[in-house]
Order: sequence, then structure tokens, then C-alpha cells
Amino acid sequence: MRRIYSVLVENRSGVLGKVAGLFSRRCYNIDSLAVGETDDPDVSCMTIVSSGDQRTIEQIEKQLNKKLDVIKVKTFEEQSAISRELMLIKVKYNKNTRRDIMENCDIMGANIVDMSKTHMIIQMCDTPERTSIFMKMLTGVSIVEVARTGCLALQKCSEE
Amino acid sequence: MTGADIMVKCLEAEGVKEIYGYPGVAIAPFYEAVRASGKIHSTLVRTEQSAAHAASGYTRINKEIPGVCAVTSGPGATNLITGIATAFADSIPLICITGQVKSELIGGDVFQEADITGACESFVKYSYLVNDVNDIPRIMKEAFHVANTGRKGPVLIDVPIDMQQAEAKKFVYPSEVNMRTYKPTVKGNMAQINKVIKELEKAKRPLIYAGGGVILSNASAKLEEFALKNNIPVVSTMMGIGVLPTNHTLYYGMVGNNGKAYANRAVVESDVIIVVGARVADRAVNQPDLITKDKVMIHIDVDPAEIGKNAGPSIPLVGDASYIFDDLLSKEFEADYSAWIETLDSYRDRLEVKLDSQGDYVDAPAFIQKLTAAMKNDSIYVADVGQNQLWSCGYAQIIDGDFLTTGGMGTMGYSIPAAMGAKMSDPKRQVVAVCGDGSFQMSMCELATIRQNDVAVKIIVFNNGYLGLVRQFQHYNYADNYSVVDLSGNPDLEKLAAAYDMPFIRVHNMDEVDDAIEKFLKDDNRYLMECMINPMAVVK
Repeated sequence: MRRIYSVLVENRSGVLGKVAGLFSRRCYNIDSLAVGETDDPDVSCMTIVSSGDQRTIEQIEKQLNKKLDVIKVKTFEEQSAISRELMLIKVKYNKNTRRDIMENCDIMGANIVDMSKTHMIIQMCDTPERTSIFMKMLTGVSIVEVARTGCLALQKCSEE
Repeated sequence: MTGADIMVKCLEAEGVKEIYGYPGVAIAPFYEAVRASGKIHSTLVRTEQSAAHAASGYTRINKEIPGVCAVTSGPGATNLITGIATAFADSIPLICITGQVKSELIGGDVFQEADITGACESFVKYSYLVNDVNDIPRIMKEAFHVANTGRKGPVLIDVPIDMQQAEAKKFVYPSEVNMRTYKPTVKGNMAQINKVIKELEKAKRPLIYAGGGVILSNASAKLEEFALKNNIPVVSTMMGIGVLPTNHTLYYGMVGNNGKAYANRAVVESDVIIVVGARVADRAVNQPDLITKDKVMIHIDVDPAEIGKNAGPSIPLVGDASYIFDDLLSKEFEADYSAWIETLDSYRDRLEVKLDSQGDYVDAPAFIQKLTAAMKNDSIYVADVGQNQLWSCGYAQIIDGDFLTTGGMGTMGYSIPAAMGAKMSDPKRQVVAVCGDGSFQMSMCELATIRQNDVAVKIIVFNNGYLGLVRQFQHYNYADNYSVVDLSGNPDLEKLAAAYDMPFIRVHNMDEVDDAIEKFLKDDNRYLMECMINPMAVVK
């Protein structure tokens, strides 16, 4: 079972390590982790995607709540959230593959944001599921580097 | 006023009278401030781990003020780690102060630098690295609050030497703590408490399963009152020993792998089990379904994360045991459990192991029975780790006293420093540490601390020439192929006692026991007793 944790933490040095350490120490998976400041500069929001059985999911929430740097934990299933991931992919192209890559970008709504005579960087911002599909579609061309932000998510307005 | 002066002022404001530690350059300003103030006594232990254990023993008897230890940076701090982890596993409130290298040098891998807040992250309740001298009063106030409330535990404060030396603008000790992320629930939810009462009304075979949390919240008397009022039997975990007098009519012993058969039977046959202040850890309940199958499990704990972690429950109840028993005591209900009590009494009569106290050696269980019967009712019994611990759990009689041991981490060498801290906390009470020849040698350097400070701790060493519990494990699981458990090379304890100016007595067999115990306990002085145990003895 996959679960999204939206965790508000004190914006202090070392807090990321403490939260990540909690997962590693108890052998919980982190599928993705994204951190950024909120509207309050003293508070950061961590979006953690994890998976496990019901007991693990509950324990993760309780253990997060136990951390003294954690202000609030919200947890929700993927379908209750609006989630997005930003992905940058650097690919090598030639005249045979160029058209194909551009078509894929058009179909999936990705943009080419940088280019040389041999390489291009494609930017895609979409749900984690669609970014993964897009990457699979590019497996035929030579991918040089990939950088993904990890999933960012907020609970849907209708679920509040 | 310097940061170090402020640290000492904060400790004084918290009522600290005693600290344990080991100085070094990085903590020198602090120790100078301790000396200059003259209001706090500091004890120099002989290795840092003992500082944490001694502070643990101190606070477990004091029951109000967290234990305090202070050591230097680098190896001083890393040597403290096992003591911190031990306190964490048993939820013992400690304030652990470590010196650190100069702020600007942190990260440079300089002399005696260790990332101690990083190293300790998974076994402190919270940690601080001071980076502004003006934060020290707030940090100290928060640290004492965090360590000593909710589920108690150790808090680490790492203080770079320049922060200890820096001048602060002013010193005001905050009157209250304001932490938005830390507000433990102590009062139980009334709806849940009513559910508990409803279950007890329906129950035929209820059982209270008490852990160390009850003792830590000073709720033992309330638990006893509740048990007596409603005629509910009680078993305990290792950390819960002493929650009721061990000879109490309603007490049916320690549960678990090494517990009493009748205590485990009570757990299995109960239809409503109230687990309070206990973790349902593997040594106490080796299969979690034992405690949930065919029964209603009520789990009371101040730490919400403990509830449901290892088992069940049917009814979760978050709160401090002391508050919860107040609420439970305010409820009246009708139930008759006398048949169940009769059943448990018959199990206790039938399943209590008959002791064989003959032979050429001292029989540890029989010895412990005699010893604790001769000790004063309010004595403090400190058990180490190994066979000595399991024998102690099975046979020590604790009436109005305290039973201290390390149940969670099982740290060898705990008993001597912890007994020292306990005795210093309440010098009027008799304190006896019981260890094996293995665990004794892990902390025997503290005999010097005991001598230096004239601490009247009585120490008993069960000498069987082996790491007995491991030998026993190899006996059962490795066909008597003993590997790395032979302790030949042990020092002559009589000579050792003489070297530390300590009276000594060696007990060879059961015939000598009564006289030896009388001599050993007669005066309030430090004493070393060695009991010769059959090398092949096993914990039954």
C-alpha cells in the first residue's frame, strides 16, 4: 500500500537527517522525498511517499509525530491528493531519433528546454505516474542523465 | 556571565545536586563553573559509560529530577553512548551534556571531534547542538522538560567550548516551556476509560500486565489500590518488578521467556488484559498474538507509538498511568473474579520451582531469596545482566524497595554504577548490586569511585568462571561447544577488595550463606561478596 505523508517540520539544520534516519532505522521504505520551505520561513514541508502494510503505515505516522521537530503530519492515499513531480531528462539524439523524441514530448506535454547539436534536455512536470510513463517511452533513445524532484502532494480541496 | 556559568545556573534552578562525569578540554569551562559555584557535587567516574548509568540509578531513586552527566567531546562523548542508549531503552530521564570542539572547527575532523548529536539520534528523546550562547537557558529548560515528561528519556546537549566561554547578554531562566511540537497527552480519553470499565464488568478473568512505565509515572500505589479494590490479579514485565510487593497476594510474578510459568499462564488464560506502561517486547511476549488471541487487550501508554506497535490492541488508551488510574479508581463496577484468583493461586502453588539448595556451590536462586529476606524492606536491589539478572528477577523479594536493572538494552556493567548513583540519591537506604563475574569486570573500575566518595554500596559477584548465560545458550543450542565464554583469568576478588580498601567475604556453599549475609548486611558500609556458583548452573 502506498501512502503520502505531508509533514510540516521546524526549518532547522539537521531535521531532514532526523526524519530520514527514522525511516532507515526502522527499515521503512522511502519511495520519494521532497522538501521545501512553506509560506512561513520557520516551517518546511516534507512530502514523503512510502509503502508498507497497514501496521507499518500507522507506525510511520506515529513515529513521525513523536519527533520533536515535527509540527504536523497529514497522511493520505494517492487518489486523495493532487501530486506532481518535475523531471529533467538529458538525452542524446541524432537525425533518426529526433522526430520521435519530439513527438513523444508533444503527446505527453513535455518541453524541450535546452539543446545542442547532439543533446537535449526535456522538462516534464506531471503526476509521478505520467512522468514514469514518459521516461519508459524514452528508453529507446539514449538517456544520459535524469533528475526528478520526487513527488510533491497536497490533499485535494474536496477532502479537507 | 559565560555560557558555562549559565549552564550551571540552569542546573541549580532545576534542583540538580549531583552530576556524574569525566572532564576534558572541551568541557573544562563547564567544570570550572561547577567548581566556582560550589552548589553542585560532581563525581568523577572512571569511564564515561558509568556516568550515564550512575545518573540513571540516581534519578530512578530520586524520581523527580533527571539524572545529569557531563563528559568531554570525542571519545568522552562516544563512550557515553551505550549509557544513553540504555537509558533510552528503559525510558530513564537523563540530561547528557557533552563538550564539543570550537564551533568554527566543527566538521573539520579536528582533535577529539565526534558528531555526537548525529551518532545518538536514534536513541535520544531529543538533542541540541548549541550555536548561540543566548539560547542556553531556553535549551536547558526545554531539555529538562522533554526528558522528564511524557515518555521519559535521555536528552543530549552538545556544547562547543566557545559557547561555554562566550559572554551572554543576560541570564533569565525561563519560567515555562513553549514547544509547539511537544505536548504529550497525559490525561486519558474518558470514552476509552468507560470502555475499559465496560469490559471489566463483562470479564471473568481480567489481568493487569504492568511495565516500567507504571513505576516511572509513580503510579504503583494507585495500581495497587485499583487491583485491591476490584480484586484484579497483576503480573509484571522485568522493568515492572516492584510495582507491587513481590509477596503481594495479587501479584503473580514476571512474565516472559524467563518469567514465571504461572505468570505466562495467567496471560494466556485471561479474557481481558490491561497492558499498562509496557512495550509488549519480544522477551516479555515472544509471540504478539499470545496477548491478543481470545481476549480483549487494553493498552495504556503515554507514548501513542507504543500502542499497536507490536500487538493489538482492542482498546487503545493514551495517557500517563497515574492519571489513568485516578480515573479508573473513580469508577464503580460490580464483578466477581474470585474463581479466577483461585485458579491463579493453584497455578502458583503448583508451578513455583522448588529450589535445590544443597551441594558444593552456592545456589543462586536460594541465595537471592535468603539475601532479600534479610535486606531491609525499603532496600534497593540492582541487578546486572546475565544469569544474575534472570535469577534476580525470579527470586528477589521486593517489598517497599526498588528493583533496578536494564531490561530494554540489557547492558552488562550497569549494576555497579547504577547502585552507586542510587545510594548517592538516598544514602539512608540499603543498596545492593548483584552481578556476574563477567558484568562485574565491565564496571570494576568504579570500585575506585566508590572508595573515593565513600559510597556504601554492597556488591555481590556470582562467580561461575563463565559468561554464564551465553554458555547456557551454547549448552542448549550448540551441543556444549563453548566458544569465547571462558572467563579464566578472573582477578582474585579478595585481593582486589583489599586493593580498594573494601571488606570482603567469599561464600563457597549454602552452609556458609546465612552467616555471610549477616556480616554483609550488618553495617552500612561498602562490601564485596563473592559467591561461588556451579559453572554448569543454568537458569531454569
